[in-house]
Amino acid sequence: MLTIFFDGIAYGMLLFVIACGLAVTLGLMNFVNLAHGAFAMLGGYCAYVLVNFYGVPFFASLPVAFMFAAMIGLVAERTLYVHFYNRSHLEQVLFTIGLVFMVSALVDYFLGSQQRFINLPAYLQGRFDFFGIGVGKYRLLIILVCALILIVLQLILGYTRFGSRLRAAVDDQRVARGLGINVNWVFAITFAAGCGLAGLGGALGAEILSLEPHFPLKFMIYFLIVVSVGGTSSITGPFLASILLGIGDVAGKYYAPRYGGFVIYTIMIVVLVLRPQGLFSRGTSK
Amino acid sequence: MNALETVNLEKRFGGIVPTNDVNLKVREGARHALIGPNGAGKTTLINLLTGVLKPSKGRVMLGAQDITSLSPHKRVSLGMARTFQINQLFGDLTPLESIALVIGEREKLGTRFWQAFGSNEKIVEEATVLAKQFGLADVLAERTSSLPYGKQRQLEIALAIAGKPRVLLLDEPAAGVPETERHEILETVAALPKSVTVLLIEHDMDIVFGFADRISVLVDGKLFVEGEPKEIENDPRVRAVYLGERADD
Amino acid sequence: MKEAAAALKRKRAWHWLEYVFWLAAAASIFLLPSQHALLTQIAIWSLFALSLDLLLGYAGIVSLGHAAYFGFGAYVAALFAINFYGEPVTGLLVAGVAAGLLGLITSLLVLRGTDLTRLMVTLGIALVMYEIANQMSWLTGGADGLTGMPVNPVLGVFPIYFITTNSYVYVLVVLFILLVIAKRIVHSPFGYSLRAIKGNPLRASSIGIPNNLRLIAVYTVAAAYAGVAGALLAQTTPVVSLTYIDFQRSADVLLMLIIGGTGYLYGGIVGSALFLVAQKFIGNVTPQYWEFWIGFALVVIALFARDRGVFSIFERIIAALRKEKAKS
Repeated sequence: MLTIFFDGIAYGMLLFVIACGLAVTLGLMNFVNLAHGAFAMLGGYCAYVLVNFYGVPFFASLPVAFMFAAMIGLVAERTLYVHFYNRSHLEQVLFTIGLVFMVSALVDYFLGSQQRFINLPAYLQGRFDFFGIGVGKYRLLIILVCALILIVLQLILGYTRFGSRLRAAVDDQRVARGLGINVNWVFAITFAAGCGLAGLGGALGAEILSLEPHFPLKFMIYFLIVVSVGGTSSITGPFLASILLGIGDVAGKYYAPRYGGFVIYTIMIVVLVLRPQGLFSRGTSK
Repeated sequence: MNALETVNLEKRFGGIVPTNDVNLKVREGARHALIGPNGAGKTTLINLLTGVLKPSKGRVMLGAQDITSLSPHKRVSLGMARTFQINQLFGDLTPLESIALVIGEREKLGTRFWQAFGSNEKIVEEATVLAKQFGLADVLAERTSSLPYGKQRQLEIALAIAGKPRVLLLDEPAAGVPETERHEILETVAALPKSVTVLLIEHDMDIVFGFADRISVLVDGKLFVEGEPKEIENDPRVRAVYLGERADD
Repeated sequence: MKEAAAALKRKRAWHWLEYVFWLAAAASIFLLPSQHALLTQIAIWSLFALSLDLLLGYAGIVSLGHAAYFGFGAYVAALFAINFYGEPVTGLLVAGVAAGLLGLITSLLVLRGTDLTRLMVTLGIALVMYEIANQMSWLTGGADGLTGMPVNPVLGVFPIYFITTNSYVYVLVVLFILLVIAKRIVHSPFGYSLRAIKGNPLRASSIGIPNNLRLIAVYTVAAAYAGVAGALLAQTTPVVSLTYIDFQRSADVLLMLIIGGTGYLYGGIVGSALFLVAQKFIGNVTPQYWEFWIGFALVVIALFARDRGVFSIFERIIAALRKEKAKS
């Protein structure tokens, strides 16, 4: 029981690290990015190639996966996404679904359609017993890394110049521009960082999330649930939503494998209908 | 008899009170102007009157009927119409189609999915006549989004009139209209039938004093003073408010 | 006055291209017997895309889960035929009514939010429907699909069961009738009020249009249309399976409509024809290529054509060339 709880938290943490970038794109730029999962997948494949083919240590592959996804994100943002900021949501949806199809097809072409596993080092395999809770070492690592990222994110957002600029841009773009903040660059860097985090999450969670070319579509709904249920006004909302979703999903698969998906989607619809601004958003829904 | 009345109307957003205990009475057939400096709460008040916003407290009366809880479209069917400060038109439709649509909705024919739009000759005729009155005869079949601004502004008012309202709310009808076309709009407004009660929300004092027979001044969400144009013009407090505002600019 | 009425009439009259199109479609019954299986697929997808056009092109509602109603209609038609009566037209009516009811109920959820919540809710509804169909395998056959559906002759006289050409005629006639009805609807006062809501919801409500009621109505009609399309596919294919409801189908139909362009009723037909013919040629080479090019097409269309279809790209090129010419 507690083991399920523990696994759920690990899963939820992963979802959060991947989806927090999406929360920012949606909240900051009002942009529906259905291709966000593609960056997570790219990070995952980057780590897979490095570890399995070139013998790079797993830990060393994580920052590379981050950089890889962030660079691709930056290029994509400057060349493609930037044309869609002021377009309708329909056009954003079409564009990003198109991107997902292309990336999935390319990955399938170059790396094959089978599910891939990263060779984890021996010390990350197995479980140990901690006061009766079976703690998987790999999942413990995920929780630790994600917790670290969460703390760093809070610090950056709360205490740095960039963080305050970002918050200003989220609150009111026009005012922020008026204050001389280069909102375009704040967008670009934030977007790249969000993609990088997704890539890191993809690499870190390749084992749990199952790395294969249709990863972005399979998990799209999960990421969307995190941001729509959590709201986009803070990072605490998406974080709580991620943890709830993670625990709910793992528990659902364990106790009621037949109804898990049904329950999660139904809850999502109910939350969206009752609280369109998200379950944890501040203020009243308009 | 008041055509439109608010009773202790109040709207709060958190700590801000853009509408604070407003008791506005607009007499039947009046040419009533609502003025006030920027940020006085004119837009909020209009949104409360038309049902876009729900008040925190108080009531809105249309004639003898309490319409506080009615949705915007129900208020329209009871005889209230409005224009917008910024044009709100149907860009893909033509002026004729837009006006005919309003007339059709007024006559409760809008749910007829089996009839052809425009097959009702009475409606087309009424729409054509109205379009002519508003100087739109030469652009009847053009896409609205391709019309010059002045024509769009005329259409903005025509759409409100086409609903044959008893009470008409005009939100800065001449806003954004170039000096040369301004008089056309003002003539249109002046020529509105006397049976229609008009509440004019306006910033431009020349327009207000040329049009209104009664004026209410809104300051900081409260009704500051009300009276005949003469009284208002000579009221030192009103002057102070406006002079103060000018000094701020 | 006369001219004004005439101008309105011209808009709803049949364009000569429409006559040409339907004559060509009728001719294809005799001239292209080898392609009738493909043409049947195109006609069914056309009807499905037409139903989405009513939502997206005329009322401005973006749906990522329109397959929910398509699949529901298909299952209802199959189960009705198996358990009660195997006459196809009756099956279509039952499926249409059932899907319409589902649309009516779910529209209350869909119409509450903004664009983005609508996207999510439509997607969620389709996912829930998928899960339900998957779990109720005692009724739907679950992942194995539902087989053994009897298909009697249409109206008792016109056999279509495993007769490719007759199936095509049947599907084409249904498409024609429903398109004529849809055309009637979008050119009615009701249809114009939908365009008004799409164009400017704020103004629409302030000229007295009850926006939500009208949107609920069109959502119901669109769902019923999708249900009929699903029923048609069920009647002309040996098995009803979960792929009828999956996300791929919702995405494909949106893509077809976008390729053909929204808001003129024929966009879905053009789009599904282009899509399925291209799929036949490219998809036969390798499925990965197909997915890549379809993604590429989406990105290009989103960049340049927006929601007005492939033809608008050509139109824009021509317009740009003319401008150049005028300058020189």
